Amino acid sequence: MTLPDEATPPLGPEDLLGPVAPAPAGDIVAPADVHAMPEGGEVSSVGGMGRQILRVFIENKLAVVGLFVIVFFILFCFVGPLLYHTNQNNAELALNANQNASPGSGDPLGTDATGFDMLGRLMFGGQASLIVGFASAFVATVIGVVYGAVAGFVGGWIDAIMMRFVDMLLSVPVLFLLIALVTIYKQSEVLIIVVIAFVSWLVPARLVRGETLTLRVREYVEAVRVMGGSRTRIVGRHIVPNSIGTIVVFATFQVADSILLLAALGFIGLGIPAPGTDWGTMLSNGVNSAALGYWWEIYPAGLCIVLVVIAFNFIGDALRDALEVRLQRN
Amino acid sequence: MTGFLIRRILQAIVVILGVVFIVFLLGKLIPGGEAAAALGPRRSPAQVAHFNLVNGLDLPIYDQLWRYFWGLLHLNLGYSFKNNEGVKELISQRLPKTLTLVGVSTLVALIIAVPLGILQVVKRYSPIDYLLTSGSFLFYAMPPFFLGFLLILYFSFDLHLFPVSPPIDSGPLTIFTDPRAFVLPVITLSAITIASFSRYMRSSMMDALTQDYVRTARAKGASPNRVLYGHALRNALIPILTLIGLSLPAIASGALITETVFNYPGMGLLTVTAATNNDIPTVLGTTLVITIFTVAGSLLADVLYAIADPRIRFGSTA
Repeated sequence: MTLPDEATPPLGPEDLLGPVAPAPAGDIVAPADVHAMPEGGEVSSVGGMGRQILRVFIENKLAVVGLFVIVFFILFCFVGPLLYHTNQNNAELALNANQNASPGSGDPLGTDATGFDMLGRLMFGGQASLIVGFASAFVATVIGVVYGAVAGFVGGWIDAIMMRFVDMLLSVPVLFLLIALVTIYKQSEVLIIVVIAFVSWLVPARLVRGETLTLRVREYVEAVRVMGGSRTRIVGRHIVPNSIGTIVVFATFQVADSILLLAALGFIGLGIPAPGTDWGTMLSNGVNSAALGYWWEIYPAGLCIVLVVIAFNFIGDALRDALEVRLQRN
Repeated sequence: MTGFLIRRILQAIVVILGVVFIVFLLGKLIPGGEAAAALGPRRSPAQVAHFNLVNGLDLPIYDQLWRYFWGLLHLNLGYSFKNNEGVKELISQRLPKTLTLVGVSTLVALIIAVPLGILQVVKRYSPIDYLLTSGSFLFYAMPPFFLGFLLILYFSFDLHLFPVSPPIDSGPLTIFTDPRAFVLPVITLSAITIASFSRYMRSSMMDALTQDYVRTARAKGASPNRVLYGHALRNALIPILTLIGLSLPAIASGALITETVFNYPGMGLLTVTAATNNDIPTVLGTTLVITIFTVAGSLLADVLYAIADPRIRFGSTA
């Protein structure tokens, strides 16, 4: 991964002056080349830094374990069904299938109360959980970054109003807001992604606004402004890329949180609607059967959620440590 | 300190007004309008027109907002057509039960998390420290309802130690008169809070140990215990009040899950039942009321913080 050179908070005068690239003097450069040149604080030309961050990340054994777990689950959920064919949406199944069959006999993880093969169901439900987790984290991050960067950069009373709005939404307990939204608009996979993103963009908005406030007064931003760079250019090419560390760390943790939120919705009965499913819905459906001794209907799904969430948390922690390399380097 | 308090109270009022506005907007965003939600799919246009006329939904939007706000001031939270009962009546029976459950669980979480955090600092970088850190990772990653199920499966079904759910007729004070029935719900609700509070406690105390005042205390010859409990702990404890205030929305969400798992008729179970019955007025009413109480709770935490922190207690500015 590539990272910007300049996103550290000010440490001291020499630190501030040191890495700032000299502004193109304009004596030899043809006008057309200006866009291709690295300006101060841009994302290019950081090979050494990127490698250093990668090294710190790999030294963190938990993060590598987390990465393996996530790659495993992506392969399991998306490639698995190609190798292990099961019937996951056939209405006939309920009529003649063997329900609540114990693991072993033809179904490695048994079947559930409807007769679905549990191993195939885990792959099928995992697709929804992972897609919703990644997609809603992505949407939330994009909304939050744009909102926070605009608020921080514009400043003044617009910033104050925008941030009070964030405070208001943050004080509404997430699940209540989520349930209200899902009840008002009927549930579907796309709606659930949008709605989870809608309750999750507040934290990155705050983080990016904070970064923007410190970045907008930095020398290279001043330099771009003096050279006549537009506001869009300053925010889009300098402020956002320099907050990328914060953004990436947030997005990683948010995938875990989104998966947990989807699981909570599934538990309430507002998850992915039938015939689709997700790990939370599977867990919730399996509870009555588990009380009768059919343990395989809850433990595998529960284990999948816990493993994936822990894995994302490990990676998020490691990324946060790795990105602090920038602080340690000078 | 008075200035700090006045500013903080005004801020809370603005937040509550904003939330009222947001909830009002959510009601307006129902596809087909509130009439569709109340009358169901087989409504006739005449019925819709009559419903809108009777409920003032044909008025301009600012007029409706004002009437909604005026109604709230008179504790009118709307009407649940599914239950044929006012939302206020539905909530008033359930709110106290949620408040005691949340209060007791938060207190239990504090009582457990603070010593755990201290233990991790005393035994820092030891196997115990790593074990507790992994434990907090695990509890943070485990969906609370899964934890609740596991507790019921083992402690209720297998060991018969605790009942599956609190008594049907529990009042707000049953948690004190029949604590055995509430052991599992309280564990479920406090697990995540314990995980996050103890992690915070650990890092906050480790941070305090690097401060100048700790070095000064050591230089003056204070014993390691005196440095730890007299200096580091006291300074690390105050911010935890802020942390409680910030965690209240998350704890309220946890209460929703816990009440549903253990079938405890509080605000959360009311919301979930209303959501599955498509009873939108009730969902909006509970969301508004629970938010007002979390904002009030955070305000209370900040007031306590102001009292506990001498820099605010004796200062004129925050």
